[in-house]
Amino acid sequence: MKPASFEYHDPTTLAEALELMARYGEQARPLAGGQSLVPLMNFRLLRPAHLIDLNGIGELNYLTPAPDGLRIGANTRQRVLERGAEIERRWPLLRDAAGLMGPVQVRNRGTLGGSLAHAFPSAELPIVMATLGASMTLRKRTGRRTVRAGDFFLSAMATALEPDELLTEIEIPALPTNCGWSYQEVSRRHGDFALAGAASVVALDNSGAIIHARLTLTGSTPLRAHAAEPMLLGERPSESLFKNAAARAAENLEADSDLHASAEYRRHACKVLAGRALLQAAGRAAALIQGGLS
Amino acid sequence: MPYIGSSVKRKEDLRLLRGIGKYVGDIYRHGMAHAAVLRSPHAHARIVQIDTADARKLPGVIGVLTAADMPTLKTIPMRTGLIPGLERSQQTPIATDTVRYVGDPVAVLVAENRYIAEDALEAIEIGYAALDAVIDARQSMRPGAPQLHAAVPNNVAASFQVNVGDVETSFSQCDLIIEERFSTQRHAAVPLENRGLVAEWDEGRGLLTVWGPTKMTHTNWRILSELIDLPQSSIRFIEPDVGGGFGARGEFYPEDFLIPFAARHFRRPICWIEDRSENLKALNQSRQQDYRVKIGVKNDGTIAAMDAEILFDMGGYTRTHGGVPAIAASAMLRGPLRLKNYRAQVHCVLTNKTPVGTYRSPGRYEANFVRERLVDMIARRLRLDPAAVRRKNLIRRDEMPYDLGKHPFHYMVYDTGDFIAQLDRALERFGYGQYRALAATAKREGRALGIGIGCFVETSGIGPWEYARVEIDNAGKVVLYSGCNSLGQGIATALSQIVADELQCSIDDVRVVHGDTGTVPFGNGSNASRSTVMAGSAALGASRKVKDKLLQLASAHLEIAAGDLLLQDGRVAARGAPERALSFADLARLALPGPALKIGIKPGISEEDFFATDKRPFPYGVHVAAVEVDKETGTIKILDYLVTEDVGRKINPMIIEGQMAGGLAQGIGGALLEEFVYSEDGQPLSTNFMDYLLPTAMEMPRAQLISTEEFPSPHNPLGVKGAGEGGITAAGAALANAVSDALGVEVTKLPLKPDYVLELVRKSSSER
Amino acid sequence: MSTRQICVTVNGRQYSGAVEPRRLLTDFLRDDLGLTGTHVGCEHGVCGACTVVFNGEPVRACLLFAVQANGASIKTIEGLAPNPDELHPLQEKFWQLHGLQCGFCTPGILLTAEALLKEIPHPSQDQIREWISGNLCRCTGYLNIISAIEEAAKVLRANNP
Repeated sequence: MKPASFEYHDPTTLAEALELMARYGEQARPLAGGQSLVPLMNFRLLRPAHLIDLNGIGELNYLTPAPDGLRIGANTRQRVLERGAEIERRWPLLRDAAGLMGPVQVRNRGTLGGSLAHAFPSAELPIVMATLGASMTLRKRTGRRTVRAGDFFLSAMATALEPDELLTEIEIPALPTNCGWSYQEVSRRHGDFALAGAASVVALDNSGAIIHARLTLTGSTPLRAHAAEPMLLGERPSESLFKNAAARAAENLEADSDLHASAEYRRHACKVLAGRALLQAAGRAAALIQGGLS
Repeated sequence: MPYIGSSVKRKEDLRLLRGIGKYVGDIYRHGMAHAAVLRSPHAHARIVQIDTADARKLPGVIGVLTAADMPTLKTIPMRTGLIPGLERSQQTPIATDTVRYVGDPVAVLVAENRYIAEDALEAIEIGYAALDAVIDARQSMRPGAPQLHAAVPNNVAASFQVNVGDVETSFSQCDLIIEERFSTQRHAAVPLENRGLVAEWDEGRGLLTVWGPTKMTHTNWRILSELIDLPQSSIRFIEPDVGGGFGARGEFYPEDFLIPFAARHFRRPICWIEDRSENLKALNQSRQQDYRVKIGVKNDGTIAAMDAEILFDMGGYTRTHGGVPAIAASAMLRGPLRLKNYRAQVHCVLTNKTPVGTYRSPGRYEANFVRERLVDMIARRLRLDPAAVRRKNLIRRDEMPYDLGKHPFHYMVYDTGDFIAQLDRALERFGYGQYRALAATAKREGRALGIGIGCFVETSGIGPWEYARVEIDNAGKVVLYSGCNSLGQGIATALSQIVADELQCSIDDVRVVHGDTGTVPFGNGSNASRSTVMAGSAALGASRKVKDKLLQLASAHLEIAAGDLLLQDGRVAARGAPERALSFADLARLALPGPALKIGIKPGISEEDFFATDKRPFPYGVHVAAVEVDKETGTIKILDYLVTEDVGRKINPMIIEGQMAGGLAQGIGGALLEEFVYSEDGQPLSTNFMDYLLPTAMEMPRAQLISTEEFPSPHNPLGVKGAGEGGITAAGAALANAVSDALGVEVTKLPLKPDYVLELVRKSSSER
Repeated sequence: MSTRQICVTVNGRQYSGAVEPRRLLTDFLRDDLGLTGTHVGCEHGVCGACTVVFNGEPVRACLLFAVQANGASIKTIEGLAPNPDELHPLQEKFWQLHGLQCGFCTPGILLTAEALLKEIPHPSQDQIREWISGNLCRCTGYLNIISAIEEAAKVLRANNP
């Protein structure tokens, strides 16, 4: 399965890359980790006439923490996300999700930007970004714009990126203190494309009531539980509360049938995982508070 | 210390560990070109027109071949499993006017490299007139279904019946009759190395050399000779290192004709290595069977009669051994049960899918699933313990040898064994009682934990004969030329152990040559767990003859009676006077024509032997599984697993246990993960490794693998039973039984996908 | 068809050549450099038979173009053993404990295991399984591979206290 021919470009600066994107537009594909793109090229399902290799652009590779959040360069490898001390400390949800993305060989090359731009329906990083309320910086030769996670994923494998744009940075806001988290997924084998996934963060106040709750499920695009989240505020964690919220969250979930599972299964599994994610996140939040008090 | 019985490190390993093995893809010939096969994108169509002009013009393209370039195309013959009728649906190596599955070869393109070849494939224009396709065996048999082969009116490629005892009378005397339908899904061997060949035609000498053939080297050598019209003496097959076979690699495929043909036609050595997307469409598939079974039982749990209708999905053509799963399943459906009344009506049905062949434990993996599920169903209906029902019905040791009654195509006499003792051992070592208690606790807590048993008898060591030649060279090294093949299973090590023990030399001084028709004149290959039995016995026979020759030579030169000589450490020495000795190297020198002819001894140290048998040894054993089912997501976690197998006699215990572990992983894949799915119009949907799911290290549970050697087989001088398939054969059975036990609902099909398991969970809660 | 000149260090030795941009790293290593120990099992990044160490990390060579390896340092299976007369402890243990059968997956698994033991000198069984979950083996059922890695880890820890 050899790919079709292409012209290869290896810019060393972002400016060069954007120039190439502007010049070649629809005929070009940016190459980041290649873990999703190159298989498609080897199958000849994609045949870009121009391949723009972003791997030489050092300026897209950074993790810059700040009190109000974290700015991540799009070229940051998934393995860096899963091992970053700052991420482990402040956004363990991201660390967990990055570790589920596939085996180590894939995580060594796969990038945050690449995964988000590919927008595969059951992928981990998109629903984590939606849960964390991330924003994406999209740049083209002539300018830049910021798009919130909720507006970035348009449909299965389609994002707000225009043909001449590159995703350059992802900004993750800080989470409330003592925020519990959970990433739940079901797949046929460990590390496969998930059949269903749920990402959640929950924070409690000192009396044990929920003061912050975010939940996203894997639909054809990340499905943020905008209707279910408010149901949780002010309530005490309980299985029945979370089951109801999960049912609400999964209500309008769009899912596909394929040889691995039916759409109905995926919706059902998302609902189950949503409940489990909320439960585990709340449990961790409670433990963090206890830990803080002791 | 004898080598036999010892877990000697494998001789094959050093080169493989260092990455200097030579698989067919590693073979480079000067001037080598590369082939790519154009395959039908339609499941069923007439070829209306082929236009290769544009493809041939592309730079780097050497040429394109279609059926028009092959005037004397014959169908690829069957080598075994010759159920009458199957000969009507065989395949020509390239499509002539009709394609019958997605993947059917239509053209062969040769170019300077594979990149260009794939580019050029896209430039070949083929006009097809699509025909209706049928992908379900039952539908395929119905009147009005699209007909695949003119000579096969109702798509039933062959049918036959097995009839033992009197099922009707027996049913009338039973207290309980259970009728059920079962199905197992299409899946296959899928070894990690894709198929490949390198063919080179030496025009000057008229010699065709082909690297890559394996499994049935000599059979395929003969087949190619007939198809390509070259005498065998002008063809040489050479077996390289091979990346696994499991039944699918090494049968005679279309490419086994096309690539050598192309090499002769274009007068360039040609390398063809299929890629994975081809492999998943073109490699023999297997396991798709549909059963309707009726089983009759007495109230005390005695199983009295079984009547089965079995449909085998054959795919678009009959391959070299496509009848084997049907024969094996119908022969072994009763497994280790004492069942004197048995009838099976078997239909091999053509469908517009990839043709079918064997996959490790063919027919038995499926049949064990069906039978062991029925045994558990009986247990549940009669409120008996599943182990107790088995004890009651397993053939007893004192009933051996046990004749199962006539089967038109399969040997049916179990040789030796104690099935009940093996079951007891399995349950004891597994901790069956403790797991039952755990399951009860789990149930009280609302969790679903279950245990499943799968008893099996495997067939192995098939004849009819095998060849060996043992020689000693000038340096005193021993060379065994064996008619078997290596697909990675370690046969060269096992055979070296046998030879080294017989000749009392170091295993490091034994080399095994196999798969090379230039130096091995006869062979029946490696399949059906036959090699240790057959090649081992032949190697033993040839070694004994060499031993006699060594003694004869030593006796003549030392002037000591042969009876006073013995073999020891690579020498022949006088008993009690070890300094009076001749090394193998000395003896090889004395066997040179000059000195040997002088004293009237036949020159050389080279002895051949054929081991022939029409009987088979039957290894047997038990699988036990404990699983927990997540009732909300339908996912299954295997908590614990055990396989025991009696193999008669162990040559290399480590290799045997390795076979069990590898088989088990595959068995788990078959039960939970692997499936070739097709769309309604015959489009294969499982054409990459994200869709066809092989088990990874994460899916393999901890497992106890226990091989025993309590009941040697009387059918070969080693007493060995073949150990290649016991690890896989009852995995579907045990896991399906465990899930049924966990949920209290009967599993009737494989694979146990989350969708299906959730369906069972819902059924289970609605039945409460 | 334009080619690019690349210069790559493989197993400590420098190689250079002209390659088409689309030429996969697997084909460059195997056919251009003659290092056939890196195997091709799927060409879509799932089976792991093509695993090489690329700038210190195990990666799938079938998902890299040779042009991307310009200036890189690669280790293939041929570079694992310290010298032609010695084996790496992983190779020793795989041999002793029957961690291979057909050998096709073995180079990829050995290199992945080497990287694991460099990062986690005392891995748990779960960690071993997770690390090799991207390397398919169809023959062994993985159990002996896991044991071999555990035993090799002991040897390496003893050699590097």
